[in-house]
Amino acid sequence: MSDLTAVPQIGAQEAARKEPGAKRLADHPLVQLTIVRFHEFTREPEALFWVFVFPVLMAAGLGLAFRNKPQEVLKIATVSTELRQSLGRDKLLDVQQLSPAAAEEALRTGKIALLVEPGRAGTVVYRYDDTNPEGRSARMLADRAIQQAAGRVDPVSSTEILMREPGSRYIDFLIPGLLGMNLMSSAIWGMGFTIVDARRKKLIKRLIATPMPRSYYLMSFVFSRQLLLVIEVGMLLGFGVLVFHVPVRGSFLDFAVLCVLGSLTFSALGLLIASRAQTIEAASGLMNLVMLPMWIVSGVFFSAQRFPDALQPVIHALPLTAVIDALRANMLQGANLAQLAPQWGMLSIWLVVCFSLALKLFRWK
Amino acid sequence: MTNAPFPTNPTPVAAATALRVRNLRKTYKSLVAVDGLDLEVRQGECFGLLGPNGAGKTTTIEICEGLNVADSGEVELLGLRWETDGKQLRQRLGVQLQETQLAEKLTVLETVRLFRSFYSQGPNAAEIVTLVQLEDKKKARVGTLSGGQKQRLALACALVGAPDLLFLDEPTTGLDPQARRQLWDFIEHFKLMGRTIVLTTHYMEEAERLCDRVAIMDQGKVIALGTPRELIASIGAEHMVEFIAGPGSAVLDVSGLSKIEGVRDVRAGDGSVQVQVTELHRAVPALLQELSRQGVTLSELRTHSASLEDVFVALTGRHLRDE
Repeated sequence: MSDLTAVPQIGAQEAARKEPGAKRLADHPLVQLTIVRFHEFTREPEALFWVFVFPVLMAAGLGLAFRNKPQEVLKIATVSTELRQSLGRDKLLDVQQLSPAAAEEALRTGKIALLVEPGRAGTVVYRYDDTNPEGRSARMLADRAIQQAAGRVDPVSSTEILMREPGSRYIDFLIPGLLGMNLMSSAIWGMGFTIVDARRKKLIKRLIATPMPRSYYLMSFVFSRQLLLVIEVGMLLGFGVLVFHVPVRGSFLDFAVLCVLGSLTFSALGLLIASRAQTIEAASGLMNLVMLPMWIVSGVFFSAQRFPDALQPVIHALPLTAVIDALRANMLQGANLAQLAPQWGMLSIWLVVCFSLALKLFRWK
Repeated sequence: MTNAPFPTNPTPVAAATALRVRNLRKTYKSLVAVDGLDLEVRQGECFGLLGPNGAGKTTTIEICEGLNVADSGEVELLGLRWETDGKQLRQRLGVQLQETQLAEKLTVLETVRLFRSFYSQGPNAAEIVTLVQLEDKKKARVGTLSGGQKQRLALACALVGAPDLLFLDEPTTGLDPQARRQLWDFIEHFKLMGRTIVLTTHYMEEAERLCDRVAIMDQGKVIALGTPRELIASIGAEHMVEFIAGPGSAVLDVSGLSKIEGVRDVRAGDGSVQVQVTELHRAVPALLQELSRQGVTLSELRTHSASLEDVFVALTGRHLRDE
């Protein structure tokens, strides 16, 4: 049985009442609400994985799968020592000298792309499958090597400049796409689930029974998202830059502005999605309905230009398309904010419309 | 004894009204939840709304808390109204809702600090945590607390603004008897400081122990109002005798029992018979004599002092808890 005489009893009257002016910044309701949001998120290990680790793993996987391979060396064979020496002059050919029977066998089983045999009276016979691109390339390279070895001089001389610089590879295209996708999904999932869960548990109702200004509640979500944004974008971008040398050619400040605007827009969209839903099931259905089409058409993994022209105006009106286009242009082409006005203009429209609608529709009980 | 978390309410004016409800009505589609309700709660009083589930207690208290809007009627709290003084009222009320689940990932202290940040005055978060004896648990996540500890935390969140008027909606529902008694101690402590409490409950012991006055509600109306003692006295009986006839017993003639001196009322139902009596020591022998005369054998006989439950049964013919 508890003994309540142990609890400090009635004492000095006004002295015990804390003055509002004495409040520290950390005790400001908006700060407290934001801290709480942040704690709630960071104490959810699954959420940490999906927001921070998963996008990096995805970038790593896709970057490896679609990396630009160096031109492959073609395996060919010949039966004559003389031809082998001539062919060996081309670095792109891997020449083996085999017995006629072994060479025959190797060609039939595809171990070599081309078999070069001496013909009658100093001629050469090329044996290969002309439907196989490797065979055709090998034939051209082998012929060039033999002709040059025999003393052919090309009438037009040529030099080559190789284009393999960062910025034109798949990974360069992919990283801005993944950044945009991550901005969208973490804002919408983070917002949707937390709000619907708090509504279901009557926590929102409990909060509005206090003097808490309602706008603070909604703002705390937006602010805590901005805190997480730094980590979230930093990890994926850092990974792309350090591991794959993805270029960031535009101004970093512009890049940050685009990320913040994108995140705000998706937070507002998340608020709107979560504004009425009473159950997690209803909310996740809505979230998928909104996000899935954008994952497909907004150019995360492949260019949005692949869709029919008739669809392009719709696709370009989507917020994810705007974010990804803007980030890509900033990172790869070094575009500045003035050049990206159509994109951030579109994002601003989405932000204002979604946030105003969410405020109107939000169910507080 | 200095540094009290709550100062006593400065000079409570005798008989000042903390809450006044007039002709309150609320309908959900076809269901009438509150049907012309009148209430008056005095300052410094602990007032109970007692009634079965669905009596309209929660709807009434939520309208008073400004969380629900009445179809018609007037509500005045601490001389203020929701329509005009909402902001001021929020600062002065403490609220505990029936079904709130606080965020599980937060710790006890974080939760109290969050709620404290909304109020312009009141004790600091650590003091409140100490007050509800959750000091050992202040760094524990809410999700790891027991039912009783969660209720104490909910109470702490209601107390952070040092409210002048505290609303508790079924504060001990679902708790074991020990946790319930502990919570009663806290509520009594708060009451001792001269602040006003309005609570709803369907536990008669809770109302009898905590409340200065009780309004018994049924179907959206107040059917009885007074101190627990007055209400119990109003049924005119001090004791209840309850018995069940054994197998092979003769059929009971109720009118025979009613004629016994000191018997106020006889109710038979569900195989058991309830008799309200004034003087137990006289009525019981006479009752047994009458039963044996009728050839009624007993398998069970119980007596208890009349309670608010009996008042409710006497008024409605139903029990508070419909099991």
